[in-house]
Amino acid sequence: MHLHRYEKIWLILGAGGLALFIVLLCVNAFAMGMAPPSNMEMIDPTKVSETPPFDNPGLKKISDTEYDAYMTAFAFGFNPNKMEVPAGAKVNFHVTSPDVVHGFQIPGTNVNFMVMPGHINSASYTFEKPGEYLILCNEYCGAGHQVMATTIIVK
Amino acid sequence: MMQTHMGKAQVDRPSARLSLAYIWVAYAAFGLAALAGMLQGMVRGGLIELPSWTNYYQILTAHGVLMALIFTTFFIVGFLLSGVAKTTGGSLHGTALGLGWIGWILMTVGTAMAVVTIVTNDASVLYTFYAPLKASPFFYIGAALLVVGSWFGGFAVFSSYRKWRRENRGKMSPLFVFMSVTTFVLWLIATIPVAVEVLFQLIPWSLGWTSSINIMLSRTLFWFFGHPLVYFWLMPAYIAWYVCVPRIIGGHVFSDSLARLAFISLLLFSMPVGFHHQLMEPGISPGWKMIHVILTLIVVVPSLMTAFSMFATFETTGRKKGGVGLFGWFKKLPWSDVRFFAPFVGMLFFIPAGAGGIINASNQMNAVVHNTIFITGHFHITVGAAVALTFFGVSFWLIPVLTGRTLTPTANRMGMVQTVFWSVGMFLMSYAMHYLGLQGSPRRTSFTTYMDHPLAVGWLDYQRVMAFGGGLLFVAAILLILILGYLTFFAPKGNTEYPTAETETEQHTPKILERWPVWLGVLVLLCVLAYGLPIAEQLTHNPPGSPPFRTW
Repeated sequence: MHLHRYEKIWLILGAGGLALFIVLLCVNAFAMGMAPPSNMEMIDPTKVSETPPFDNPGLKKISDTEYDAYMTAFAFGFNPNKMEVPAGAKVNFHVTSPDVVHGFQIPGTNVNFMVMPGHINSASYTFEKPGEYLILCNEYCGAGHQVMATTIIVK
Repeated sequence: MMQTHMGKAQVDRPSARLSLAYIWVAYAAFGLAALAGMLQGMVRGGLIELPSWTNYYQILTAHGVLMALIFTTFFIVGFLLSGVAKTTGGSLHGTALGLGWIGWILMTVGTAMAVVTIVTNDASVLYTFYAPLKASPFFYIGAALLVVGSWFGGFAVFSSYRKWRRENRGKMSPLFVFMSVTTFVLWLIATIPVAVEVLFQLIPWSLGWTSSINIMLSRTLFWFFGHPLVYFWLMPAYIAWYVCVPRIIGGHVFSDSLARLAFISLLLFSMPVGFHHQLMEPGISPGWKMIHVILTLIVVVPSLMTAFSMFATFETTGRKKGGVGLFGWFKKLPWSDVRFFAPFVGMLFFIPAGAGGIINASNQMNAVVHNTIFITGHFHITVGAAVALTFFGVSFWLIPVLTGRTLTPTANRMGMVQTVFWSVGMFLMSYAMHYLGLQGSPRRTSFTTYMDHPLAVGWLDYQRVMAFGGGLLFVAAILLILILGYLTFFAPKGNTEYPTAETETEQHTPKILERWPVWLGVLVLLCVLAYGLPIAEQLTHNPPGSPPFRTW
């Protein structure tokens, strides 16, 4: 098949750039540990409120600088709805839903994932700067979706 | 000026009537969808509040379903049937016509069912209808009828193709027909998983026959379909770019074999890629996600080929008309002809749209923009600008061809104004959406300041820009419907050319490009590799299912 010479150059540059880009993505994901949130843990969505640790959602201190946050996302809110951690703390969020699909996003950070009934999803973030961080639901979950939010206070 | 005297109709009456029936349902849906879209923009901008009998998510569902599913599918089937009729001798034979009408009836009944359930607020589940949100069963049955109906449009194209090949043994099929067949092959295979989801998961569950549903499996089946869907929108626009636009500017198809190769690549690489829509979900391991990310990004290659072909055609044609110097050819293009201008603006929008797509498909960058209004901005400049402007540009000549009328200079000028309004509206709205999305503002969310959180309050100015863009888009939509109504019922009678270009000289096109068993085999293999194991895992390693919820 005939290819115009300029088109060959165009495609070689394009495909070469693409190959380099894909290599960078793979390095990021697998060598530097920046794979997307892909937790494989499961839970019975109809029994979330009876299943530990989600029967008692909240912050669990691991060390002075690291916390586990066990949370539920439901129509239309998050539990717990107030959390406070010191600046510099790393928080591991573990979130599940007892009803429909929700989103979990903290604007200004890279924490952004889906909350599925039946699954527990998680992501970690180190809060260096003090402030009141907004946590919002970014997947449509019903008539009150726009009020579904909470905050985490970093002191 | 846009009239040729060919002596006979480009598309015979029965075929033209069928195509027009599809195109008018498409534009009826488009008008309603545009109204819903404008209202959403106004609500989100904090400018109006909806009356108590409706709500934001209801009109959001209406907008998404009517625009993204009804308008596009009806327009595409109508356009491709007309082009197949034109390029296979001017008519569709009896079988194809029959199949086409069966499809139209099924699709129209399905559309009516979906619209009624949305209007009665029994289906405010948005156009992705994610379980365990439970809509009325009639909503899902309507969606199934729409999809199955569109298959009949595809069968009509296949039967014309088979007839043409039988009568022209050993010859390469017309480019328009080849591309239409590829588009419908993609559509048929892509809609199988969503048909499985709707028929075997959603309908029995919404009727109460089954008590729970496997959520991850439903989402995987949805997105198995959901990404090829965007190529089902894009490929007909590419057909107009590859085949119709060169003729409109007085040029030729740059390379027949490259055009066919681009379509085969789109078919192969747009299918096994759905997990890039599910990058932020649990239950799928990062390795599988990465395989889909890589396959998604390969779709860049046929897009680069298309970009080259387009600009090669523009330059060759411009130079033949006397354009000199590095960019002199650019001035020779017919800028005041809306049949060229509208799709060209669409192509320009596709450049940032493609770049945004690369961001969405890359797993780390996706974490920044996932489910933010950046995504909404992205698909408004792909389907809402690149594809929609091309469809408008096509309508300006296709409707006169089908009604035996002409595009008058005044209608052409009004079309130019319409294109400018639509483009400026789309630019303002999408720019604001991209910007807000990067700040973390969510998509699919009614007006909110999140209990007056300073961050969310800071988003308001840009939300007003979105609303303003939406207002301009609505004005452009009304203008478009007025122009198309004029072209259907009032424009002067005459023969309008159906623009289909050919290659300049005899070109050797490799026969392999038309060997369907080869490509279907490769495609099935790719789909099995990409989805086989993850789906097997979701069937075995799955949590207890979810009961239905109605949260609106």
